[in-house]
Amino acid sequence: MTGIRVADLTYSYGAKMALDGVSFDVAPGAFCALLGPNGAGKSTLFNLLTRLFVAPRGRIEIAGHDLARAPRAALAKLGIVFQQPTLDLDLTVRQNLSYFAALHGLSGRNRAQRIDQVLERLHIADRAREKARTLNGGHRRRTEIARALLHDPAVLLLDEPTVGLDAASRAAITDHVHGLADDGTTILWATHLADEVRPDDRLVILHRAKVLADGLAHDVSGDTSLQEAFLAMTSEAA
Amino acid sequence: MNGYLPALIAIVTREALRFIHQRERFVAALVRPLVWLLVFAAGFRAALGLSIIPPYQTYVTYETYIVPGLCGMILLFNGMQSSLSLIYDREMGSMKLLLTSPLPRWWLLMCKLLGATAISILQVYAFLAIAAAFGIAMPALGYVAALPALAVAGLMLGALGLLLSSFIKQLENFAGVMNFVIFPMFFMSSALYPLWKMAESSELLHDICALNPFTHAVELIRFALYLQFNGPALGWTVLAACVFTTAALWGYSPEGTGIRRKG
Repeated sequence: MTGIRVADLTYSYGAKMALDGVSFDVAPGAFCALLGPNGAGKSTLFNLLTRLFVAPRGRIEIAGHDLARAPRAALAKLGIVFQQPTLDLDLTVRQNLSYFAALHGLSGRNRAQRIDQVLERLHIADRAREKARTLNGGHRRRTEIARALLHDPAVLLLDEPTVGLDAASRAAITDHVHGLADDGTTILWATHLADEVRPDDRLVILHRAKVLADGLAHDVSGDTSLQEAFLAMTSEAA
Repeated sequence: MNGYLPALIAIVTREALRFIHQRERFVAALVRPLVWLLVFAAGFRAALGLSIIPPYQTYVTYETYIVPGLCGMILLFNGMQSSLSLIYDREMGSMKLLLTSPLPRWWLLMCKLLGATAISILQVYAFLAIAAAFGIAMPALGYVAALPALAVAGLMLGALGLLLSSFIKQLENFAGVMNFVIFPMFFMSSALYPLWKMAESSELLHDICALNPFTHAVELIRFALYLQFNGPALGWTVLAACVFTTAALWGYSPEGTGIRRKG
């Protein structure tokens, strides 16, 4: 069983091809960075992985469940942190988490326990009663990650989760999510920032709707820095 | 039903909290029909003579006549308001959260619809209480009998809002809804004048008003308030609710257009 399997995925907005035969696998418990410049097709891929869109061609499996044939089983295994902030700013941190837990069918004591666990795990238990509006960007992102972990997903998708954060918050969130992979959660981390990718991370480079490279980050970058290799690849392809 | 009930409670609670946080919305929802009732109706009572038509068994004042229509107006505006909040949710991203839940999408959208309808009905009762305080009262049991009628009408108009939200691309386009949906639906109905009055001016307009589902929603409420059952009005309203709901669910399916926005 794979954590994520994407096979021959194709999607277009009218005449503009957003994904063209994209294929890759991510092993269970691996941290996979999906690196691509703006407009590469990362957000479209996320919309397909979360079944917000349906691709006319290709296949997606989440933790062994075919997204087209068993969407509910696949979505139940999936935690998602969207690029766009999705907290209800008028609700407290706990209310935001409680709402999401209910959308995953959690109720009663089980829900309360899971909320306490994820708040502790993300080190934001002391913020539980604060309204989301009063949190800084880093804590809002942590709340969204905590929310995505409420139902104990096997696979966690994060779409450019560090956008707009300062360097310290970026580093803290990147470290924390790597820790989740160490604990067995499969991670797909979309970014356009090469410095968020570690040498031992699995790396898929997406550019102009196609996979340009797929392997371990240090193999893809070779003797140069990943930043240089990435810029060279995407400028050559352009 | 494992998981269905917690989602229903959570979505309805969130709708209620959102409503409480927007007190001005509640005030606006009440002021609008009250202005019509206390200002417009007072001015027009002399100009518009009404004959005795069912469900009324005697002459009624114009203020009494338009109360059911103004109940419908509250439901109509709230249906559109919930449409607006769905578009806002989509632009802000929180719609994605709802639609990526493992629960069936039709259930999640129905929960939204039920929550919005419940809040609309509360506002209608607040309006009816204020109208009664001004001496425009219905039979006491009529207030109870009106509840299912308000629920059916509210669901129909909420489903229309849901449907519109799946087609409207941006929040800015919502002004068009006012011009092309709310005003025609409200004015081309029996909310402000009985259909026979409209027939005196134009048979065509009368026929359009008779086809308007909002007319039937208003008549369903009107009859229920006077403890009478209007089968055709119920049939039309339920039919419209089914059509709007089915179309809205298609619009929000992954194959539909409701969420197929870039990004």
